[in-house]
Amino acid sequence: MSSQLSRLLTGPAAALAAFCLAFSLIATAAEPLEFNDPAMEVRYQKLTEELRCLVCQNQNLADSDAPLAQDLRQEIFEMLQAGRTDAEIKTFLVDRYGDFVLYRPAFEGNTLFLWLLPSLLLVIGLIVLIVNVRRRSRLPAPAEEESRD
Amino acid sequence: MIARLLPFLLFLALGALLAVGLTIADRKTELPSPLIGKPMPEFSLPVLGQPDVIVTRAELVGQPFLLNVWASWCVTCRVEHPVIEALAQSGQLPVIGLNYRDEEGDALAWLEHFGNPYSLTLADTSGRTAIDFGVYAAPESFLVDSRGQIVFKQIGALTPEVIEKEILPLLATESQR
Repeated sequence: MSSQLSRLLTGPAAALAAFCLAFSLIATAAEPLEFNDPAMEVRYQKLTEELRCLVCQNQNLADSDAPLAQDLRQEIFEMLQAGRTDAEIKTFLVDRYGDFVLYRPAFEGNTLFLWLLPSLLLVIGLIVLIVNVRRRSRLPAPAEEESRD
Repeated sequence: MIARLLPFLLFLALGALLAVGLTIADRKTELPSPLIGKPMPEFSLPVLGQPDVIVTRAELVGQPFLLNVWASWCVTCRVEHPVIEALAQSGQLPVIGLNYRDEEGDALAWLEHFGNPYSLTLADTSGRTAIDFGVYAAPESFLVDSRGQIVFKQIGALTPEVIEKEILPLLATESQR
């Protein structure tokens, strides 16, 4: 086991691991923030991961180094310190930037289709599967499988 | 028959969905502002170059104006500058500048170099007021009516077409009220 591991950790795999590690260190773009309360820090992490950076729209606030993302992280930090709830902080951002800022949009009338489509597709897939399996089970077994036995 | 055609129809539906997605992909980076139709947010900002002179929201409400978010580091703002200048010179709509996340010296030098079309420029050095306006890039422009409501937002550079087709008609309906 250990020899396998050491073999894995040399050569290209190690290079790849080092590469990924280096990038993950760069990617955590965070100001040194002083949290008195560890629970608040957890909430901060969770919020900045669930909120979208509006400048580079496929990154969340936690990962983005854009100036606006820094401002918004600071804003979220201050609101947490001021005792605002997670819901209040999200509402603050939605009021200014719209639903798009949420990576996890609210379950509402205009997002119903977005939320239900995956389940709907699953149900359709299951129906197609069941119909197919039933139909095949009614067919006589193919001749070639019999001869293979 | 239908069962035979089903995969093909699904393929067509998927193709149509992707085609629609591709055509809206370009526009999708411009987010509709939730502030349209809402009152302009409260603020209290110093005038650019005059840190002691503070202007609040209440002082600006009363006549329609265009609030143009710009910065000396913003390249597109240079492209937009002649359009803003032409609008301001036409006298149809005063343009108020919101200098966004900028250094005072850089901002003043920029106005000196390109010309100052703004009847007033407010300095939002921290970017805090811009957050209340939902600004996420410069340039952005907000049309504010005489009651202090935001009636239109342009993300990116203003063009003569946008002024002609969007802003001036909105201004005309405003003056009829």
